[in-house]
Amino acid sequence: MSPTNRTVVVTGIGATTPLGGDAASTWEGLVAGRSGVKPLEQEWAAEQAVRIAAPVAVEPTEVIPRPQARRLDRSAQFALVAAKEAWADAGFEAKAGDDPNVDPDRLGAVIASGIGGVTTLLDQYDVLKEKGVRRVSPHTVPMLMPNGPSANVGLAVGARAGVHTPVSACASGAEAIGYAIEMIRTGRADVVVAGGTEAAIHPLPIAAFGNMMAMSKNNDDPQGASRPYDVARDGFVLGEGAGVIVLESAEHAAARGARVYAEAVGQGISADAHDIVQPEPEGRGISHALQNLLDRTDLDPAEIVHVNAHATSTPAGDIAELKALRKVFGDDADHFAVSATKSMTGHLLGGAGGVESVATVLALYHRVAPPTINVENLDPEAEATADVVRGEARKLPADGRIAALNDSFGFGGHNVVLAFRSV
Amino acid sequence: MAATQEEIVAGLAEIVNEIAGIPVEDVQLDKSFTDDLDVDSLSMVEVVVAAEERFDVKIPDDDVKNLKTVGDAADYILKHQA
Repeated sequence: MSPTNRTVVVTGIGATTPLGGDAASTWEGLVAGRSGVKPLEQEWAAEQAVRIAAPVAVEPTEVIPRPQARRLDRSAQFALVAAKEAWADAGFEAKAGDDPNVDPDRLGAVIASGIGGVTTLLDQYDVLKEKGVRRVSPHTVPMLMPNGPSANVGLAVGARAGVHTPVSACASGAEAIGYAIEMIRTGRADVVVAGGTEAAIHPLPIAAFGNMMAMSKNNDDPQGASRPYDVARDGFVLGEGAGVIVLESAEHAAARGARVYAEAVGQGISADAHDIVQPEPEGRGISHALQNLLDRTDLDPAEIVHVNAHATSTPAGDIAELKALRKVFGDDADHFAVSATKSMTGHLLGGAGGVESVATVLALYHRVAPPTINVENLDPEAEATADVVRGEARKLPADGRIAALNDSFGFGGHNVVLAFRSV
Repeated sequence: MAATQEEIVAGLAEIVNEIAGIPVEDVQLDKSFTDDLDVDSLSMVEVVVAAEERFDVKIPDDDVKNLKTVGDAADYILKHQA
């Protein structure tokens, strides 16, 4: 097979999310329909219009040694926890080279976040103002740089084929995985650790998103606040965490006898060129991304049974995505079980594409679509356009090859659609 | 009141423990910060700033490069403390 058309598979998964400290507990929470949203108890939250968020279930400092943790931004801590889990899950026992099954020169890392080391930046600015120049941590720059999580994961696994950080707001995690698929498909690498991370539960991002009117102010009902497709949805709930997968060429995985979760079929990418933050209401850019996916891969729409939707619980965005799916796939969209897992995890911004790729891969592997929770009154436009999995998880077809999509869109008009397929 | 060499080493041990996670009993006069105690160049800046605050002493950047061992640092602080 030509090095520009290699088959790419998923051989490892890892996550740390509001639902659990690893991929297994996260998946269990998703299938059970559990919400990770909580009231913000910090003192600074009292004066905010938004006083809810979805923090990680397990603090990363419980698993990363303190001397290492204090040199890592919180977003890099999440990425490292998820990447280490995915790396071990893929069957690697040490970093590349020390484990003879992977050549460091053929290993890449692509981890993205939407905002980068924002808590480090803001905390160190507080140190500068309160304690003076001399007290600013010498680790500040490597902690706040947006490529910090990717570089630290690359160091941990010994990746020398390339370490990258695509930044596209809330599409960043998905774009990272798309980039990783291309690295393998085009022959630059045999194995790539890829995903997204975000740690932005801090007064400034919350005030800023809140003032954009982008977030839910349903402070009295935290667990019911993230409600994609419900008529009463009023914005997203900020989540934090990371999701990371190990991608590998099919030949490389077969040669070492690796377990394969799914095939990573490919990605469709586009830009809206419509507005810096508003989604194009008819989903034109999303349609373009979906069409690119179909044109550039051998994905068969008849095999698609599940969509992990971007659906952040905003009035306009949720419907535009469903319209695009219907426009591009027509009657085939009738057999798409559409799940909005942000109803449970909140919106992890740049981490979303990583965590939701983990969820999409596990949905194919276990043949179960997680539910969309909190849909009490389904928006009639959603009902007319798509089959939303509501309330409880739903079994996917037990036999035959099935495929699933993971959509991610970001401020700036970025659209990224990833496709996975059972093996 | 000025600290004794023993107090300075004990203080440096606490600082190195906090920054690099090295057990306090391993921080001895003859130990090299970089070779023995996992203190790289960035962490050395943290050690110096913490020591300045604790022992009320100024350690200019130009002098930091001469502080190879715990003993070097203790002697410097002993000589320069206010």
